[in-house]
Formats: sequence, C-alpha cells, structure tokens
Amino acid sequence: MANKERTPFENPVVEWVDSRLPVFTLMQKEYGVFPTPKNFNYFWNFGAIAMFMLITMIVTGIVLAMHYTANTELAFDSVERIMREVNGGWLIRYIHMNGASFFFIAVYIHIFRGMYYGSYKAPREILWMLGVLIFLLMMGTAFIGYVLPWGQMSLWGATVITNLFSAIPFVGDGIRTLLWGGFSVDNPTLTRFFALHYLLPFVIFAVVFLHVWALHVTGSNNPLGIDTKGPQDTLPFHPYYTIKDTFGLLVFVLIYALFIFFMPNALGHPDNYIPANPMVTPAHIVPEWYFLPFYAMLRAITFDIGIPFTDIVFINAKLGGVIVMFGSILLWFVLPWLDTHPIRSARFRPLFKIFLLILVADFIFLGYVGMQTADAKLFGVVPLIYLGQAATAYYLAYFLVILPWLSKNEKGRELPASINEAVLAKNK
Amino acid sequence: MTTIKADDVKRRDFLQLTAGGFGIVGVIAAATPLVNSLNPAKDTLALATTEVDISTIPPGEGRTVTWQGKPVFIKHRTPEEIKEAEDVNLALLGDKEIDSDRVKRPEWLVAIGICTHLGCVPTGQKMTEARGDYGGWFCPCHGSHYDTSGRIRKGPAPKNLAVPPYEFISDTVIKIG
Repeated sequence: MANKERTPFENPVVEWVDSRLPVFTLMQKEYGVFPTPKNFNYFWNFGAIAMFMLITMIVTGIVLAMHYTANTELAFDSVERIMREVNGGWLIRYIHMNGASFFFIAVYIHIFRGMYYGSYKAPREILWMLGVLIFLLMMGTAFIGYVLPWGQMSLWGATVITNLFSAIPFVGDGIRTLLWGGFSVDNPTLTRFFALHYLLPFVIFAVVFLHVWALHVTGSNNPLGIDTKGPQDTLPFHPYYTIKDTFGLLVFVLIYALFIFFMPNALGHPDNYIPANPMVTPAHIVPEWYFLPFYAMLRAITFDIGIPFTDIVFINAKLGGVIVMFGSILLWFVLPWLDTHPIRSARFRPLFKIFLLILVADFIFLGYVGMQTADAKLFGVVPLIYLGQAATAYYLAYFLVILPWLSKNEKGRELPASINEAVLAKNK
Repeated sequence: MTTIKADDVKRRDFLQLTAGGFGIVGVIAAATPLVNSLNPAKDTLALATTEVDISTIPPGEGRTVTWQGKPVFIKHRTPEEIKEAEDVNLALLGDKEIDSDRVKRPEWLVAIGICTHLGCVPTGQKMTEARGDYGGWFCPCHGSHYDTSGRIRKGPAPKNLAVPPYEFISDTVIKIG
C-alpha cells in the first residue's frame, strides 16, 4: 500500500488525520514537491488562472441564483433588482458577467499555449482531449447563462442557436422541441436552461479534476517541448510555481477588476437591457464575443452542397454551416493525430510556427467577420462574406491539410540535449 | 481443480451479454419518462386558436398576431403584389410552390413570421421596414429575402415561410389553428 511510503508529519493532529486519510501526503506530493520543468514562461500561468475563474464563477453564480427568478415574466426584473436593490448585487453580477469573458480569455490563451508548444502530443493526448471537452462544456454553459437575464439578445440568441439543431436530418425537429418544451423559446425553455446552467459548472469541475489528474500522470510540457530527464531539469512546484502563478493571477485579476469597476458593459451588448420580445427581432443579432469566430464559420456556408446544375442537394447551406461550426471544434479532438511531427515546440519548427500564427490572425479576423452584419463590406467594397469564407477555408485547411503535410515534410531545428543545458546556455 | 470447458465460457458470455442488454433496456425505460417530461406540456399544447378581425387592414398593409407563441403575418396584398407572386418563374425558386397553393384568397396571405433559417422574425410588416429585394420580407439576421408570397428567393433560408392552418369564418374574420 502507498501508506507504507508515507513520511510521518511532525504536527500530531496532521499526522493523526494523514495516517487515516492521507490528504496532506497527497497535497505534498502533487502540489508541494511535484517536479515541474524549470523553464516555464508566463503562458504556463493560464491553467491556474482558468481554475481561479471557474471557482469565481461557481461562487458568484450560487449567490446570484439565490436572488434570481427563472420565469419569463419575472427574470428580467429579478436581474434588475439584483442590480439596484440587492446589497452589493451589482458587484456580484458584474463579477459573474465579466467573469465569463475573462474565463474565456484565460482558456483561449491556455489553448493557444497548448497548440504552440505542442502540448497535445504524446503522451498528453487524453489530457488535451479532456481540455477540449471542458471548452465545449464551457461554451454550452456560457450560452445558456446568457439566456437567463431574458433580454432581447438572450431570447434571440437562444432562438438562433436552438434552431441550429433543426438542421440535423430526421431527429433535428424533435431535439429542438425537447430543448424548447414548446413551440418557441419560452418559459419552459428558460426554466430548463436555468437548471442546466446550475448543473454544468459542476460537470466542468469534474472534468477539470480528470484534466489535472492526467496532467499529474504525464507531467507538464514546457517551452522547449522536450522531456525532463532528471532532477536537474525540474523545480518543486512549491514555492517556485505557486508564487509565479500567484503573481500572474494578480496581474490578470487587475485587468479583470478594471473591467468590473470601470467598463462593466464593454464586452456585452446593449440590446440585452431591453426585455425579451418574441414579436420583434433585433436588427442585428450577435453572440457574445467569445463565440464570434465560430458564428462567422456558421454564416460562411451560404451554398448548398450537391450535384452541380441539378436540384439534387446532399447538404443544404443550413446543415453545412452547422457541420462546419461544430466540426471546427471537434477537429481539436483529433489534433494529436493530425499533427504527428515528432517535435513538439514551435520554437524548433519554423514553418509550423508561421502557419500557426497565421491561424491565430485568421481566427481573430473570423471574430471580426462574425461581429458584422451578414451583408457588410470591408472598406465599403469587398463583401465580408467572401473574406469570411476564405478565412473559414484557411481554418479547415490548417488542420486537415497543412498539419498533416508539415508532419511529413518539415525538417525542424536541432533540439537541445536537455532543459538544464538550454537554460544554462541562455544565461551565459 | 476443474478445468473450464469451452461450453462454460460460451454460457458465461451469453449470460453476461444478456444481463448487460437487459440493463441497458432498463436504463432506457427509466430515462424515457424523464426525457418525455421535457416535451411540450398539455397546457402548452392546448394553446387556443386565434381569431383575427381583418376588416381594419387596408390593402398593402399587414398585421402581426400571436398564435402558439409565434408571430403570424397577415398581409392584405395589393393587385400588383398578387400579380408579382403569381407570375414568378417556378424554376427560379429554391422551394418550389405556386402562389395559389399558399393562399385561400389571393388578397390575403397568412404565414408564420419566422425565418426558416434560424428563427428570427423577418421585417416588412410595417410600411417603414425593409422588405428585401423581392418586396415581401427581409430577415435581418442572416439576410434572407422573401417575396410577396412569403417564398424564399435569396439568402440562407432553406424553405418558404410556413403557412399555418387557418380558415375564413366570415369575410372579415379568420381563425388560425
């Protein structure tokens, strides 16, 4: 048994507990002496920051739920009551509202870190896939949460997204009715969304636990992307990375606080302060900023796929858009098998690095396209829809063509012999 | 010690598969009422039919009424609009329907005011609103254009605006539902 290797604690109370349930030994092993590569840069802060955001969202969310009413007649007013009457309610709501955005900022940077330094490659495939699952769950939770205030964007955002499911052949309409509980997004929809919005964060928490578990089996990747070879390559997690994570977290929270206190609605949409009205669609429906690139990919598919010059259509534009939007994230699940290049870190793969940075720019541009109206033009000339289609094509090509091609053909630079050598060479 | 015969292994596999299979059936049976409770409830389904007095709608104008929580467009079409709707070359349509199949009386078009793309309410019911390139309705969400018969002419929507079940109770009253 593992208990046999336990080192006794000096404090008799700690020792009494630990000999019966070795939580202190576990914490000491996983967060005290845990050997961590000694060359982390600040990109490695964002896992801890994302964890902090998840806890912040759960804590503020539970308090908000005590003041909120999930009923179409009362929801909007109950949120306004939180803002005006509940003691400090405005602060709790603004922390939660902007928290969603900052959770996504942290997670997007975390995902970029994983892609840039090849953290998804063997032996960390399951760790990576659990991360993708967390991201999907976050998207579902965030979307449902945005419906709860029952403003115009809540209602119409929910209408557009739930209608996506009707594109699925045969079962789509049935799924949509199950989501709605009626003939449109209405009171039954709001009550079930509230129940799910309360449930899903705890599901996320459970998957995060698995994600961290998998991380502690394989150990962390690092900016060089090479394996640790011994104690000279690592540092104990505490105090080195507890302090580094805390410092990074404080900087992050500083910016977060700037938004909460000085521009709390900058990332939201003013139309959501208009009570929901099922008879009037806002002139321009936009999702929250963190969904914009995917929304642009949904809208990029404006054409049916079938046999040219006939009426035979295999996939209509609506279904095509839905497939591309969901597929764009599902591709991440198989990323470890699309990019099979033996070198992990982009530092030693000059071509991969260029294509990945283009992908980042492409993704941000898609976000811009998603923000504009369907018939918008760039500089008043080029219809944005074509640029959106080109950007979508690059996104898909990066994963399906460029990565497999690079895996076979990119030479890559010579890797350092060890983390220790590379760190010492740098400091000469 | 007895040796396990090949027969025993087959028997055990059979028992395990059968037990597992019945376990799955049991889980599905238990989940069915829970999932089914999420389907529309009886009071939601029982939403009454809607009766509308159409005598106050002048030609060229429309009115939006609520039926089962959804907007329904009632449009009093002008002779030009009717002619436009009837003269369309069917080959140009994405969802081929002739105008006379979509109306009970040519001057009155009744259609559910929900874009068949992703469920927005198209504009065009008020005189001041955009009606799109074909003089009917325009969906601002993703740019679908509908003609004066509510048929999809341009944009991502796959189908024409749906026609709800309705009847003329008299010359001035229609019942939807």
